[in-house]
Amino acid sequence: MIKNGMGAAVRRKEDYRFITGNGQYVDDINRPNQVYAYIVRSPVAHARLASVDTAAARAVPGVVAVLTGADMATDGIGGLPCGWGIHNKDGSPMAEPGHPPLAAEVVRYVGDQVAVVIAESKAIARDASELVEVDYDELPAVAGLVAASADGAALVWDEAPGNICYDWEIGDQAATEAAFASAKQIASIDVVNNRLIANAMEPRSAIGEYDSGKDEHTLYTTSQNPHVIRLLMGAFVMGIPEHKLRVIAPDVGGGFGSKIFHYAEEAIVTWAAKKIKRPIKWTAERSESFISDAHGRDHVTHAEMAMDENGIFVGLRVSTRANLGAYLSTFGPSVPTYLYATLLAGTYKTPAIYAEVKGMFTNTVPVDAYRGAGRPEASYLLERLVDRAAKVAGLDPIEIRRRNFIQPDEFPYQTPVALEYDTGDYGAAVDKALELGDYDSFDKRKAESAGRGKLRGIGISTYIEACGLAPSNIAGALGARAGLYEAGTVRVNPTGSVTVLTGSHSHGQGHETTFAQLVTEALGVDFDLVEIVHGDTGKVPFGMGTYGSRSAAVGGVALVNALEKIRTKAKKIAAHLLEASEEDIEFKEGQLTVAGTDKAVAFSDVAMAAYVPHNYPLETLEPGLEETAFYDPKNFTFPAGCHICEVEIDPDTGVVDVVSFTAADDFGRVINPMIVEGQVHGGVAQGIGQALYEQCIYDESGQLMSGSLMDYCLPKADNIPDFSVTTSVTPCTHNVLGVKGCGEAGAIGAPPAVINAVLNALAKYEVDDIQMPATPERVWRAIQSAAK
Amino acid sequence: MAAAKAVHKKTTRPGAAGPEELQQQDGLMPTKVSLTLNGEAVSTEVDSRTLLVELIRENFIKTGTHVGCDTSQCGACVVHVDGRSVKSCTMLALQAEGADIRTIEGVATDGELHPMQEAFREHHGLQCGYCTPGMIMSALDLVKNNPDPDDREIREWLEGNLCRCTGYQNIVRAVKAGAEAMRSGE
Amino acid sequence: MYEFNYHRPASLAEAKEILAANDEAKIVAGGMTLLPTMKMRLAQPSDLIDLSAIEGLDGIKDTGSAIEIGAMTRHADVASSDVVKAAIPALAKLADSIGDAQVRNRGTLGGSIANSDPAADYPAAVLGLGATIRTDQREISADDYFLGMFETALAADELVVAVSFPKPKKAAYAKFPNPASRYAVVGVMVADTDSGLRVAVTGAGACAYRATAFEEALSSSLSAEALEGLTTDSADLNSDLHASAEYRAHLVGVMAKRAVQSLGG
Repeated sequence: MIKNGMGAAVRRKEDYRFITGNGQYVDDINRPNQVYAYIVRSPVAHARLASVDTAAARAVPGVVAVLTGADMATDGIGGLPCGWGIHNKDGSPMAEPGHPPLAAEVVRYVGDQVAVVIAESKAIARDASELVEVDYDELPAVAGLVAASADGAALVWDEAPGNICYDWEIGDQAATEAAFASAKQIASIDVVNNRLIANAMEPRSAIGEYDSGKDEHTLYTTSQNPHVIRLLMGAFVMGIPEHKLRVIAPDVGGGFGSKIFHYAEEAIVTWAAKKIKRPIKWTAERSESFISDAHGRDHVTHAEMAMDENGIFVGLRVSTRANLGAYLSTFGPSVPTYLYATLLAGTYKTPAIYAEVKGMFTNTVPVDAYRGAGRPEASYLLERLVDRAAKVAGLDPIEIRRRNFIQPDEFPYQTPVALEYDTGDYGAAVDKALELGDYDSFDKRKAESAGRGKLRGIGISTYIEACGLAPSNIAGALGARAGLYEAGTVRVNPTGSVTVLTGSHSHGQGHETTFAQLVTEALGVDFDLVEIVHGDTGKVPFGMGTYGSRSAAVGGVALVNALEKIRTKAKKIAAHLLEASEEDIEFKEGQLTVAGTDKAVAFSDVAMAAYVPHNYPLETLEPGLEETAFYDPKNFTFPAGCHICEVEIDPDTGVVDVVSFTAADDFGRVINPMIVEGQVHGGVAQGIGQALYEQCIYDESGQLMSGSLMDYCLPKADNIPDFSVTTSVTPCTHNVLGVKGCGEAGAIGAPPAVINAVLNALAKYEVDDIQMPATPERVWRAIQSAAK
Repeated sequence: MAAAKAVHKKTTRPGAAGPEELQQQDGLMPTKVSLTLNGEAVSTEVDSRTLLVELIRENFIKTGTHVGCDTSQCGACVVHVDGRSVKSCTMLALQAEGADIRTIEGVATDGELHPMQEAFREHHGLQCGYCTPGMIMSALDLVKNNPDPDDREIREWLEGNLCRCTGYQNIVRAVKAGAEAMRSGE
Repeated sequence: MYEFNYHRPASLAEAKEILAANDEAKIVAGGMTLLPTMKMRLAQPSDLIDLSAIEGLDGIKDTGSAIEIGAMTRHADVASSDVVKAAIPALAKLADSIGDAQVRNRGTLGGSIANSDPAADYPAAVLGLGATIRTDQREISADDYFLGMFETALAADELVVAVSFPKPKKAAYAKFPNPASRYAVVGVMVADTDSGLRVAVTGAGACAYRATAFEEALSSSLSAEALEGLTTDSADLNSDLHASAEYRAHLVGVMAKRAVQSLGG
């Protein structure tokens, strides 16, 4: 194996700057003559703006400007676009109301942007913001799915009767009804998928800058996909052509989906910077993030599984209401539809599936993708339902899963909900997890816990996800309004060092390391001579960014394709230099050799020849050594796996401790096992967070009660156990790397494993349901009500 | 500590003031603050409400110390004040008068990584890197008080440092390995 | 934060002078509650009087029958004090459970009890151990000190100087922390003292209070079993996102039993 190539646990290139405090995040950047923006946000969930008076704020010394939605409208600034259109059952398009970056007439959630105060210092901007006098004519608000669906509920949008954005379906309803009619046993369940906030540790930030000499805009922003922001903001909001807008997403402190979307503040600072001719920085305070970052999840679902007499699944029907918030965020409508219901087959051969999803408007923060995006909701629903089906059928939870798995020889497998799985071996992952988690001796551990007065439970989940977003033609047919390929450029420099320009964006994933490994593997160039450049539309030709576990499976493959072009050209140059035929050139470990001889030239010499073409086939080949590839995947990738969780519950307080967690995941081939393991750890921790700790709570009036880290509980170091992690490999069949993606798996597999474990621990009380997060009080109450 | 007497005056109170009064205020009278930052004697002028983290990031442009929350939970801003780990978002710049402050930028010496920094890299104790400076500063304080911490002690000590990427396991490994390297004087 | 005048007086007298001259001045000790409150613009003092430069306000002394702790003593110093650990280990353990490591490095005993946050830990120790609060003007018994939510017996111009904790025969503190903030949802200090058995509860009510029914039960038999069947009325207890009043009432009983169980011999 080549040193630091594919499969090596190489230590990360990017770490040096982070551990020495030399990372450069947006808020670390200061531009000459910079001023600061503070956003005035609505304190009420729904109101007509009777008046917005900025005079007093403008008069404060140090205030540069105070701008409102009316100013934006005057300047012809457009609304924030939605990147995915969904159709109703009857074929009509979803309701798609406008989304002005600064509200001009009506505010629709607590946190909605009303005005921006720009001043010489953050403190002055904040002081002056209190003098912006806004007269809110309050309107009735609906702050959750139940309120929004009630008869006669107040409307968030007049154009969305019943607060329904769309009423969508997938699957064969008639076949599913027939399956239920013939079923021998039926399991049913009602679940709530709790509303979450990503809470990447770096709050969002944006700096807008305008060069009047060149009529050029620059936006520094905390984004997972700067090219997408350039496209959305440039073309749809501001009317700035791409060549006049540079978007830079430097070091970004975590995203988890929340930094995919085009946010109002990006447009506000870009627009205002041109107006006042000075750079403007805005950085969210954490409590502000809570009411301005897109939220995630928030589903209410009823589902039923029909089985034959042997516990074989014959039909599944699902009815979900999904909260989209007050406005459609960039990818909001796609999450509870194509990223959710298409995964309802799971790892099982359920022949008939029908799902209907109502996307609902509410007077809450817009909801969009958060780590897993739709797939955790599908996995949680299905894996809770399968455990319940096991109970109904009188089968062991593992046995019922094995009976229904798609078998390794049944791929490619067409599900009844649109996807075609290319490969997998679900039973193998279960075997690995059971062994690693020492499943067979659980009873012994349970007895030991009981000796200490604790209730021990074990839970399993077998998940699947669709990653590597996405084949553009399929996504387009499903309503995506953008392509979902990726681009990569390999620039071999004259001395043989390599600069890679990738459209993927690393905000913790370690691409500077894993992508360099791919280069080392392909070209034999020393790992330290490879530089990965990302996050700057002024440097990287194009890209769609990082989300949906797509960077290796799409961006990595684009890079490998560009590397293959480099290899091909290098062989041609070497053939000329070595006076051999191109077919006879072997390219291995940085040497190009004439097969069967000791005639060889180093790759670095080939590079030099390409840039100093004194001895070069100029008549047939261009000088230089730089290649670009765009890669559009043929299919999604389908990572899958088995997670096993063990919990201990203190029956006196209801406190749940996760005492062990085992993950056996199939991510296809692995570029860097150290980084993959880290991704699993982080995903599982967030999954445990959803299951036990995290929840957004709105009161009836639409105030976010869990609006800071004092009340929204992120898992801390002492809430999380050590994980046991392993992988089982079935290489992806349709990309050259054989990779599938690993970023979201933990957040998808963990929540049902944890809750199934909690319910297993409470079995003696006959508790058959508990909602996430399973807080101490909820668990205590479940025990109390069972005891009665 | 020397019993320094300091009064920082402002001319008006904008929060309590009406708009007119606020418009008339002629701003703050900045106060000088002198301290030691990563071994160097420095001074600058600040407003009374300037936080220590703002002093570090904005006056002295040491941006390795981060701000991740506004309620003193996340620990991204942890620095050492007179040898103890402190959340620099919950201390006024003026309270640091005369203090000895160490930030992440002062941990490596002459370009040589501190063993704790090295351990974070070796054990993949970071992903996005945002919480990392605070984690390292907090870990160094732990090891000062407890040179050989076990996993449970590390996890409990790090209660005040949130990480959203790593799931903590590799951070715990890193702190343990860093402590070991420090004990053996590496 | 709103603007304010910052003062760092060198003596208590000077601090008092500034306090007297400014109606809306506030004292800052460790600042662990006040500064976050000011950052959220929920407090707006005209003047901030920082006590950190005044000599003699911190330190831990064994006076024979009691441990006296200066108002400006940091939680971390109480937690790691050999004197405290030897005489009242429960107090060291309580100090070690406050907030997180960085809060313990800045937060002070005096700041905590002057604030009387209903979810603070120290009030349980002060009340449970029957401490005496020494101010610049007088001594106040713990039983007379905590009056309500953020309300104490301190006069507007009165400063805590030290707290004297009588050494108990034995004592233990059990706490159910808020999962997010690590404040006490419920904390119970049980102490067997020369002046009788004391049970103090923090987190559950408007301020720390003594659970007299528990004290009576434990006075006749110092065992967790003695608390069986005793309930706490939830009517006046706090209720928030993390725990309803009913759940808190339940936790008071559980934490009291756990404290009793860890009293040891």
